[in-house]
Amino acid sequence: MIRRIRRGMVGVWAIMLVLIGSVASQHAAIAQSITPSRRSVIVASKPFGESYLLAEMFAQLLEQAGRVVERRPGLGATEVAFAAIRTDAIDVYPEYVGTGLVAILGDSVTAAMRADPREAFTHVASASRARFGVHWLPPLGFQNGYAIAVRRETAERLHLRTLSDLAASSARLTAGFTADFIGREDGWQGLRTSYGITLGDVRPLAPAIKYVALDARSVDIIDGYATDGLLAKYDLVTLTDDRRSFPPYEASALVSARLMREDPGAAAVLASLSGRLSEARMQQANQAIEVDHRAVAEIARETLMQVGLVDGAGARRLGKGDREARIGFWAFMFARRSATLRLAGEHLRLVLLALLAAIAIAVPLALWLVNQPRVSGVILQGLGVMQTIPGLALLAFMVPLLGIGALPSFVALFAYALLPIARATLTGLRVADPVAAEAMQAMGATPRQVLLSVRLPLAAPVVLSGIRTAAVLTIGTATLAAFIGGGGLGEPIVTGLGLADMRLVLSGAIPSAVLAISVDALLALAERAVTPKHLQ
Amino acid sequence: MNKFSPVTHSSTPISTSGDTPPDLLASAVSHRYGPVVALDHATVHVLPGQLLALVGESGSGKSTLMRCFNRMVEPTQGLVSIDGRDVREMDTVALRRQIGYVPQSGGLLPHWTVLRNVALVPRLSGHEAPERAARDALDRCGLSASTYGARYPQELSGGQRQRAAIARALAASQRILLLDESFSALDAISRHELLETFITLRRNFAFTALLVTHDLAEAARLADTIAVMRAGRVEQCDTLAALSAAPATPYVAELLERAAASARPLIAS
Repeated sequence: MIRRIRRGMVGVWAIMLVLIGSVASQHAAIAQSITPSRRSVIVASKPFGESYLLAEMFAQLLEQAGRVVERRPGLGATEVAFAAIRTDAIDVYPEYVGTGLVAILGDSVTAAMRADPREAFTHVASASRARFGVHWLPPLGFQNGYAIAVRRETAERLHLRTLSDLAASSARLTAGFTADFIGREDGWQGLRTSYGITLGDVRPLAPAIKYVALDARSVDIIDGYATDGLLAKYDLVTLTDDRRSFPPYEASALVSARLMREDPGAAAVLASLSGRLSEARMQQANQAIEVDHRAVAEIARETLMQVGLVDGAGARRLGKGDREARIGFWAFMFARRSATLRLAGEHLRLVLLALLAAIAIAVPLALWLVNQPRVSGVILQGLGVMQTIPGLALLAFMVPLLGIGALPSFVALFAYALLPIARATLTGLRVADPVAAEAMQAMGATPRQVLLSVRLPLAAPVVLSGIRTAAVLTIGTATLAAFIGGGGLGEPIVTGLGLADMRLVLSGAIPSAVLAISVDALLALAERAVTPKHLQ
Repeated sequence: MNKFSPVTHSSTPISTSGDTPPDLLASAVSHRYGPVVALDHATVHVLPGQLLALVGESGSGKSTLMRCFNRMVEPTQGLVSIDGRDVREMDTVALRRQIGYVPQSGGLLPHWTVLRNVALVPRLSGHEAPERAARDALDRCGLSASTYGARYPQELSGGQRQRAAIARALAASQRILLLDESFSALDAISRHELLETFITLRRNFAFTALLVTHDLAEAARLADTIAVMRAGRVEQCDTLAALSAAPATPYVAELLERAAASARPLIAS
């Protein structure tokens, strides 16, 4: 008996060791990949079209200069991207001076900055360097500040040209703003105080949705960026910020301390792009991506060629993306099949690893807690609190601790899977025929024998149903891992949302749904298999 | 496959020599669950081979007192002994393997067949042929091993389940049997038949037994002596005749009266 249990424990520990080993090797791989050496430069972006485009331009420039580049596009939000560059987990990503000023440094916009964008840049660059050690390269040459847009018909009917006109208008318009814009001091809050604008209703909308909502007349007014390609597509009118309420939003390359220290040449290569990109050029390039759904890599190369920074040597690689841009949805899915399979593999690996680790911890934990009613309440509550942290927030917390990539994603998913498994195991053990368990104990079975012969077999179906819940939950949540560079099927979802490309979103969403349904069905079979005969 | 190996212990807790089953003694036993007094200086003595019924209302402490003998309850005060040996000196697991236990609803493991259930203690104790012992026990309890052995507990009637539970409690030739309302949840006919079987069983196999019941008529039928319990105290412990002749407390008298009243219409018809 004891030998059997020892063997069981050895099994659990063997699984644990394998898991720890695989996580450690993953961590090592990530650590290697995020260690900026002369061999590899990590280029990242935030999840929207222009950020993808600029990052790709950075990457191509660096590759032309002989650097090995690793791309980490679509990092969650400013918080994630900045945390990553501050901790040298990435080397460069495109950022905007206004965001640096307000969202990162938490400073306010001075009158001098409104009058002269260079004032703002100088302040942000020196303060960022002093406080975080990161470097802003000279601005790229265009502003991509907030732009408030309405339908042409609305502008004509209400005679709107400027934001002052909007403030003066008595019409009660419904706004669809990004959540980010609503909350920011330099966004809606600032706009309201400096112009005295009142709106009928303000609804938070996802960036990819707001243009569609405006076009469908669900809302009358949206926030966008000055260089958004979709402004042209939907024939929108942007209202002039005549009082300069918005801070300057010059785009620039934000470079990590480590790259600056270890490969200043790479920074010099990136700086060659400074001052070369105009607003018109960016709007055109963004339109090609967001409206025509052309491949980011190609638009990046075309733009670099236009400004004379690359020659046409890479031109033979063009074409495939353009073809993809025009084909129908199912053909598109088919064309992406190998990428989808690879991403699904990544996704499944991440989920499986997190799930196995959660089982290895949660089941023994529950076995221990079942006899500790007081402790079990506290621990379950703790796990419950962890469960209430929004997925993206939990992932963002991981970045300063564990960098970006698969490891922090694994840890966050593991944390999420703990509660359903631990709770199901506890419930299963508690409801497993207490009279039979007691009778067995009363006739001389040891607590371990009672556990192995009665409680665990009777609890198994409930435990497995908890694992099932956790698996489906984890498959869904794992799509968020893409926001911190964790890969998987979230990658096309995040990119698709950033580029307003619904086909791309679906090419991640459909396989992940199929994955969830298949795993659920598979585990349902397993659940039936472990259900004792008398309960079937 | 023998799933269990016996727990090794230095000495057999209960003497198995001779045909005389052990005697049981609880002497001035008190037990508290926090502020609640479950047992208050309770004293009972069961002579070898006899059956003592613990009678009283629910909460009177009768189950708690019974469970002191297999150490499912460790009393806070007092002495519990078997054949004069303090149970606290015995290995808990070894002690329990020598005491049969039959809870009200049987307590059979639902995912085990009847035969496997009944073979539990012989297997735990490392008996060389646990299934044979189980078959014998089933047959002794009037349940055909060949017919019912391969079934699952829920495929049996309530009466059959209790027979299997009693068989399990005696399959390892236990000399002590603890019955906790073992006959209470049955319909009148199965109960009558099971009581008959049990009386025959007692006649053929010597064991000392404690029966917890709220039914004085059942106690009268099965027990050699009856202990009337109330609020953790033993009000009186004697034969039914002695109780009737000289009830020690008004409660005992009242209990006897009530039992007689409920039995009268049956006798009249």
